[in-house]
Amino acid sequence: MDMSTTEARPARASVLSSLAASSALPWLVLAALAVTLPLFAGGYWGVIATRACVYWVLVAGLNLLVGFAGQLAIGWVALLTLGAYITAVVTAGQVMPALDPYLALALSGVAGAIFGVIVGLPALRLRTFYFAITTLGFATIVRQIVLAWSTVTGGGVGVPAPVFPPPFDSQWGFYYLCLIFAAVCTWMTINIAGSRFGRALTAIRDAEVAAEACGIAKPKLLMLVFLFSGATAAVAGGLFASLQSYITPDAFTTELSVLFFIGVLIGGRGSIIGPLLGTILLTVLPEFAAPLVAWSTFLYAVLLLVIVLVIPGGIADLLDFKNRRPLQTNRAIVPRPELLGRLLAQDQDPGTLTLEQVHLHFGGVRAIDGLDLTILPGQVHGLIGPNGSGKTTTLNVISGYYMPQRGRAVLKDAVLTQLSHYARAHLRIARTFQTPRIVGEASVIENVMIGGTIDGVGTFVESLLALPRHWQDEKKLRETAMLALSTVGLEQLAQVRADRLQHSELRFVEIARALMIRPAFLLLDEPAAGLSPEEIRRLGILCVEIAKHGTGVLLVEHHADLIFDICHHVTVLNLGKKLAAGTPAEIRSHREVVSAYLGG
Amino acid sequence: MVASIVLSGIAIGCIYALIGIAYNVMFSASRVFSFTAGTLGMAGGILGSLFILKLGLPVWAGFLLALAGGALLGVVTEILAVRPVLKSLDQHLYVLSTLALALMVQQFAAIEWGTDAQPFPRLLDLERTTFDQQFWLPMLACAVTIVGLEVLYRRTLLGHAFLAIAEDNYAARALGLPERNLRMASFAIAGVIGALSGFAGGQMLLAFFDNATQLTFYGFVPVALGGMGNNRGAVVAGLVLGLFQQAANFLVGGIFSSVAVFAAFILVLLARPEGLAGVALGRRV
Repeated sequence: MDMSTTEARPARASVLSSLAASSALPWLVLAALAVTLPLFAGGYWGVIATRACVYWVLVAGLNLLVGFAGQLAIGWVALLTLGAYITAVVTAGQVMPALDPYLALALSGVAGAIFGVIVGLPALRLRTFYFAITTLGFATIVRQIVLAWSTVTGGGVGVPAPVFPPPFDSQWGFYYLCLIFAAVCTWMTINIAGSRFGRALTAIRDAEVAAEACGIAKPKLLMLVFLFSGATAAVAGGLFASLQSYITPDAFTTELSVLFFIGVLIGGRGSIIGPLLGTILLTVLPEFAAPLVAWSTFLYAVLLLVIVLVIPGGIADLLDFKNRRPLQTNRAIVPRPELLGRLLAQDQDPGTLTLEQVHLHFGGVRAIDGLDLTILPGQVHGLIGPNGSGKTTTLNVISGYYMPQRGRAVLKDAVLTQLSHYARAHLRIARTFQTPRIVGEASVIENVMIGGTIDGVGTFVESLLALPRHWQDEKKLRETAMLALSTVGLEQLAQVRADRLQHSELRFVEIARALMIRPAFLLLDEPAAGLSPEEIRRLGILCVEIAKHGTGVLLVEHHADLIFDICHHVTVLNLGKKLAAGTPAEIRSHREVVSAYLGG
Repeated sequence: MVASIVLSGIAIGCIYALIGIAYNVMFSASRVFSFTAGTLGMAGGILGSLFILKLGLPVWAGFLLALAGGALLGVVTEILAVRPVLKSLDQHLYVLSTLALALMVQQFAAIEWGTDAQPFPRLLDLERTTFDQQFWLPMLACAVTIVGLEVLYRRTLLGHAFLAIAEDNYAARALGLPERNLRMASFAIAGVIGALSGFAGGQMLLAFFDNATQLTFYGFVPVALGGMGNNRGAVVAGLVLGLFQQAANFLVGGIFSSVAVFAAFILVLLARPEGLAGVALGRRV
């Protein structure tokens, strides 16, 4: 078994290094251009470049929010305004003793982080359009407050902004200061994007239910990102104020907000370099077409519409040559269950998972009507029944997506029905879904790594700054994910974008992701649907082997053959009630089951 | 004084309610909230002022042309920003496509019409009284719209078809209903309603490009609070919002009234994301 993995390793390493080289190249070019800019560009371009840097400080943070987490924050100019005015007001010395500009910038950052969270709170409960509207409303209100609170903000007249002390007081000096901020923000967001937090954000965006099943706590994670992007936006505001040297409310228009937002989307979701190029493009574009300046926002909007309708992947998608290479056709999924031993070391007694008298009804429909169910570790438990008999609903009760009106689900001492969705993963309950819930734009291995999110030990800040524990987490997660992929037989496709895979392969990707949390109990929702007979047979062997390692497998399936082949115990549901339970042999000869469900 | 606060509050509330209804009509037909709702209101005001004051057309002609402009805008929204993204509703691309279109229209207005608020004509040659036409016209427009929609939805075959589409799109198509045409018709109706609100409320709001942003936000508040797709809820919430805003304007000043409206909106939604009169969503898995 080890031979094939050692064979695969050098190939993988070379793939990884060439990958790193190809993705580093554009960054090196950009960095070289940015640093040497004063040598070949005139002073006016210096202002433009400084502006692009300042914008990027904001957009870098916003990118995590919009591009990664998928939160449509269209009014982020509000935080730029906040940061600009705080920096300007506390350094002007009108309202209070003047502070040092750097201190003012730090103060803006803190205030921005706080307000970022306040603006972000509604995102925890509201869906996309609602949240977009609330950020828009917030931006309108900040503008009105700035206009009206004239004793502090100068109202429509405005306030002067600080100049940073030498060596950053000259035009090019200030450019380099902004460039440093932009570079640091880029570095930090790259770190987050490549960490378990970045992957968790894309999971929240594209497969929220799966993210919860992997133990990702959406509220906490989103709050961290709102803190970060609020802070960077406000710091950008401070720099923006200094760049303008005098600020009035007119500088902070909705158009600017739109520019930031569109910069992210033109760049492409889940990319860093895309939005960076997008921001540069949008900053520079009006300069090339002076007569069009008045029309610039109109053109941004046209660009946004075109991007959404024609290339939803944005610039990043256009640059993604790697994923245009055709995949091998006639791929076969050959799981290697012998690797399970390295993946699923059961360190303690998992206990039993029990449902006690669970009642769940939707209005008048009794989906589950007094169900008792015991799932033992180390066994494959089949759950069958006609459509609408409550099979998936039972899984959803265990996963916590439905709250039963009566009864409870218990694992050892923990009453599952009292815990949040994402507590299940910590109790080592994993699941797959009827329709695979996958982050299509992420690679296969990244999707599998999402499953191991809760096993990371480093904090968000450690990942932000790429401290040692961040690297340890990444190394361990990547190795475990590769092992899980080899186990289900998909290691060849590890670096491929997940949305290029076939449906049957996605089912195995989901199983690999579920294996990442070393499940004590694994809930599989129709894993054989859409698989070929040969694949079903291999899936069956895999399930049996998983159970042999001490995991309790609950299998919801329509393929009666598979159920009778591999299950230790079968429960038949009908209309939310238990129709029969027993060994496959007992069920096969059960008169009612045969007449109601199996036929013949 | 109290009378004018109440009157202007109800009038503004009616405008918000109408925009909310425009949101709802589009939503029922397509499951899409469109950012163009406020733009329709802006268009009603600007087109009315353009046709009647600038081009000197009679009031009735300006009125019909403004509504026609709204209907056209609605249909364009459906073709450009809604239909192409309906296939992937779960990706929420409609938020971006309708936002893009709304910005395009608003920017076009800002450039071609100007960024200053311009006067809107007095529509009827009547003497100014406390209960002035600028107050009762939006109320009348709102009442006519409500009655008209009720009659359409309850009494006509076409209305039943609209309801069928809103209730269960797949079933309606399986019955052979021309879903695409009905959706375009719905967007045209929404366009007329939106333009009507801007036209009837033109004397209060003036012909101003920035009305689009304001109405997009304040018109959505009734939808969110009244429950999506619920027109009666939108009217009640719109009236409450208008009265609250005008009273707060008078009592504590404009800024704080905006903050108060915003805070109330957020708090209500945090407590009840489905709206005060709405129903919680069903299954996710």
